[in-house]
Amino acid sequence: MYFDSIGELFAMDGHGPYVWFCYGITALVLCVILFEARRRRLGAEQRVRGVVRRKQANAHKVKGKE
Amino acid sequence: MSIWTTFHKWGSPRWFYQFSGRLLPWLGGLSLLLLIGGAVWGLALVPPDYKQGNSFRIIYVHVPASAVAMGAYMTMAIAGAIHLIWRMKLAAMVMKAIAPIGASLTFLALLTGAVWGKPTWGTWWVWDARITSVLILFFLYLGVIALHQAFENREAAAKACAVLVIVGAVNIPIIYWSVEWWYSLHQPASIRFIGESSIHPSMLRPLMATMAGMYLFFAWAMLLFTRNEILDRERNTRWVQDIVCGNDKNAESSSVL
Repeated sequence: MYFDSIGELFAMDGHGPYVWFCYGITALVLCVILFEARRRRLGAEQRVRGVVRRKQANAHKVKGKE
Repeated sequence: MSIWTTFHKWGSPRWFYQFSGRLLPWLGGLSLLLLIGGAVWGLALVPPDYKQGNSFRIIYVHVPASAVAMGAYMTMAIAGAIHLIWRMKLAAMVMKAIAPIGASLTFLALLTGAVWGKPTWGTWWVWDARITSVLILFFLYLGVIALHQAFENREAAAKACAVLVIVGAVNIPIIYWSVEWWYSLHQPASIRFIGESSIHPSMLRPLMATMAGMYLFFAWAMLLFTRNEILDRERNTRWVQDIVCGNDKNAESSSVL
């Protein structure tokens, strides 16, 4: 490690807040992208299940009429 | 296999879905490894810059976010062109998938740039050519997202977006060369493809790691968003219903996001 202590690593000679903020916000935005992908996946799956349910319901109706 | 067979295979949402499913774990794992490894390297192991001090460590997140934001736009423009010329449905899905990812990365580039500017230039913001053209890139991404939502008809939305994206691509070379054409506070590129880079190798190596990590992350996210788009648009097909309802034994598990 370049720094002598963990305290110095956090302080970075006064530049700590700037540097750590940038790394933190980058990690946060990348996580948000992944969460959004997951959220859309669940939404899409739900809509596919809706189509399948309607298809099955229609099939039952046809069977009932026969 | 002729080039046309390849092209048609790539254009098939089903084939693309299955092929991309095999890439996901590799892209995800490798990108996180490179990003985390590069971040630790850049934060704690390399010595500070002789002039900027420790604030220079922001380079390891700012430059990859900016470069990939531009690369993402070019990918989106190519997808738009493919959609317009060959009417490939999949290209329209890729174009739509990239917009929110590109917007997020451009937002990161602007924000980390501002935070880097404060200790280095003494100001958060300056209306110079580089920063203004990146702000325009951000608005272009937002424009593509808004345009997609403005149309009821998917086909019309894709066409309008493709035109906007292609016209907006003129901004990319402007961003790239702005630091050379209009010299201002923003420093010119330190990494050069031709000639010698002006950055020391010890500082360059972690940058290469986070840069590669960010490109892989983008590829990963792009595939995830495109696959969601495929599931949504092809929900009336049997193969999509089999995957979602778990009847498809060949389908990869959906646990990889």
